[in-house]
Amino acid sequence: MSRALINLPATARRGEIIEIKALAAHPMETGFRRTQLGVLIPRDILTRFVCTYNGAEIFRAEFHPAIAANPYLAFPTLATESGTIACTWTGDNGYSHTESAAITVA
Amino acid sequence: MKRDGTNTTRREFLLAAGSISAGIALESATTVTAAAEPASAATVMHAAIRKIVGAARVNPGKVTLELPPLIENGNSVPLAVRVDSPMTQADHVKAIHVFSEKNPLPNVVSFFLGPRAGRASAATRVRLADTQTVVAICELSDGSFWSGSASVVVTISACLEAL
Repeated sequence: MSRALINLPATARRGEIIEIKALAAHPMETGFRRTQLGVLIPRDILTRFVCTYNGAEIFRAEFHPAIAANPYLAFPTLATESGTIACTWTGDNGYSHTESAAITVA
Repeated sequence: MKRDGTNTTRREFLLAAGSISAGIALESATTVTAAAEPASAATVMHAAIRKIVGAARVNPGKVTLELPPLIENGNSVPLAVRVDSPMTQADHVKAIHVFSEKNPLPNVVSFFLGPRAGRASAATRVRLADTQTVVAICELSDGSFWSGSASVVVTISACLEAL
């Protein structure tokens, strides 16, 4: 149901700064819009994004309704060791999605 | 008719009731105007900033907020923020908060990072309701706050369209 993508280099040198890009498919309904009948559409957004590197948190973001639909994030991190980078989005109506990718550090 | 202090005549009652309701009307009229025109958008944003920084001083500088100067569609505006910081264990950026002046809600996004980021930067896409100034505030590991801002002209506003 929920879809998300993360993009990072598959290999990196130790100590290199790599960029992680994360994109989640989500309408990010603000809660300020109305239908043509004037009924307020309830808020439905992603509120939190956490990125972990081998279990240790390296980046976290808190979203508000001012984030565009299909929230995109790009952030850097130091390539320290080979392992898994996992990104988790959580949001309204019990939304939770985790996407992970492996990285090899030489 | 004998009157004591506890009983009121009809005339006294109507007078008192009239003055009370007038008072209520006046009160509600002032609160309605206050709600309709929220004491300038900038004040709302500053209140939101105060909530995050507390009593600390916000110094200008160190933060670079990149936004296109002119954007056609406010529904998706690329936003990038960079902070001038060595990102070492002793001196790094702990958090970056972005605020908007004219959106229905002043908070836009908060990033939390640490020395493992290597470089203090982050990018995302935001919604902007109007032509305005967007402010980014960063918190350093020593507890100081720094700010940077960018002005953007928005031709089609986000948030307000009907379906």
